[in-house]
Amino acid sequence: MIATAPPRVAPITVRGVGKVYPARRGSFVALHDVSFSVAPGEFCAIIGPSGCGKTTLLHILAGLFPASTGTVEIPPQEPGRLVTALIFQGISTLPWLTVLQNTEYGLRHMRVSPAERRTRAVEQLRRVGLDRFVDAFPHQLSEGMRQRVSIARALATDPDVLLMDEPFANLDEQNRLLLQDELLRLWQENRQTVLFVTHSLDEAIRLSDRVLVMTSAPGRIKAEVPVRLARPREFRSVRQDPEYGALSAKLWEALRDEVLRARQT
Amino acid sequence: MNGPSYRWLAVISPLGLLLVWEILSRTGVADPRFFPPPSTIIRTLADMVRSGELPFHIGVSLRRILIGFVLGSVPAVLLGLAMGLARPLRALLMPIVAAIYPIPKIAIYPLIIFYLGIGEASKVTIVALSIFFLVLLNTMAGVLGLDRAYFNIARAYGAGARSIFTTVAMPGAMPQIFTGLKLAMGFALIVIVGAELLGSDAGIGFLIWRSYQIFAIEAMYVGLLVTAMLGWLATIALDWLERLAMPWRPTN
Ligand SMILES: Nc1ncnc2c1ncn2[C@@H]1O[C@H](COP(=O)(O)OP(=O)(O)O)[C@@H](O)[C@H]1O
Ligand SMILES: [Mg+2]
Repeated sequence: MIATAPPRVAPITVRGVGKVYPARRGSFVALHDVSFSVAPGEFCAIIGPSGCGKTTLLHILAGLFPASTGTVEIPPQEPGRLVTALIFQGISTLPWLTVLQNTEYGLRHMRVSPAERRTRAVEQLRRVGLDRFVDAFPHQLSEGMRQRVSIARALATDPDVLLMDEPFANLDEQNRLLLQDELLRLWQENRQTVLFVTHSLDEAIRLSDRVLVMTSAPGRIKAEVPVRLARPREFRSVRQDPEYGALSAKLWEALRDEVLRARQT
Repeated sequence: MNGPSYRWLAVISPLGLLLVWEILSRTGVADPRFFPPPSTIIRTLADMVRSGELPFHIGVSLRRILIGFVLGSVPAVLLGLAMGLARPLRALLMPIVAAIYPIPKIAIYPLIIFYLGIGEASKVTIVALSIFFLVLLNTMAGVLGLDRAYFNIARAYGAGARSIFTTVAMPGAMPQIFTGLKLAMGFALIVIVGAELLGSDAGIGFLIWRSYQIFAIEAMYVGLLVTAMLGWLATIALDWLERLAMPWRPTN
């Protein structure tokens, strides 16, 4: 068993955040009055119907663009260090860089020597099972493998906050389970603050301390469900826990109406 | 990679054309004074190579093309990347570019000669000028066509403007840059031969024009043949460079 490390001091606070995109006719409200906070070292999951603004929310938190209204508090990037790392959904690698170069990409903008860059990148590639592919280009890998490269790139920077946007959605079930184990182990060793977007109820329950359920667009936080299953969470013990079934049912109840509503628009 | 190779088919059509030409010319169906048989042209070519005349003219034209090509395309790529990245720069320069781009550059050759004289400077300038806008527009389109996701990845992982230029815009636009360079190479050949026809004392264009004037039709055809060969070789060279510059692209 791994000793649980003390949490890093990296809380996230989101207050009244809204996001309005310009649309062909007028504008489109993607997020409306989103408020929640994540404690330092907490593993927080977000589920919600597709199109409800989950990616938008993470991009705001990563500082890619500002919110239209409201405020976010998140540890700021420090010179030479990546405090918050975002793992993207969809296109996640730069096709013209090798697997190793992609993994080193964050480090190359930090004060890290080329030798250390390589060591750290290879270490993380080993963690995600891709150390044999260092010199391959993304197009030679499967979608799931590319996603693992982007996970390695985030981990290599040793961030305090991990923003993960459906990182395992394109993986096959077996690799997903393996990577969930890896992520949990890594998190217990380092206690980053994690905000993990997923569309899998099972994944949310297995990984997180707390699940935030979002409404269909415009996205708001609809419900907040704490997950008090014992850690470490072995695959077997989690599935056999009677609490697991109850949590599943509770989350689905909250989510079902939103998914139906999202289908109508 | 291992499929049947159709490369030999590429040889059939030009050879066939030459054969038909040879027959038509020898049987007098085509006037051999204007359409000398290819065998005679090849003999003339061999003579001109031996005398050193042909290598000299090729050398002169090639040098003008290469210098003009580099002088035109390097700034075009850099400015094209910058315009693709920076919206204000695009707004500022696009009207000028759009206005100058469609002017046939050979039309301002007299003006260039007026300022730079009839020597090398005017030749290199006309080549550089005639490819600049083509490469610029292709490069810019390459950057504009890039998925936003690439810029997001770069920014989320600490890339500043400089790193975005070198790790996203430049490699991302590379396929389009090469599209531009290949088109530009064709333009460079057209324009240099044209310029040498109009006013020059050396080069392939000059060779063609002088041969026509002294009615050395075979030599004129040699000039045309050499121009075609240069275009073909330039395409091969650029294809090779392209593969070298983009090892990350899936082969087929
Ligand atoms: N750049 C954008 N411009 C306009 N609309 C956008 C933009 N990005 C996302 N949207 C819209 O905002 C909504 C939320 O998108 P997103 O955050 O990707 O949702 P999710 O990740 O939950 O599926 C969607 O309806 C999407 O079409
Ligand atoms: Mg999304």
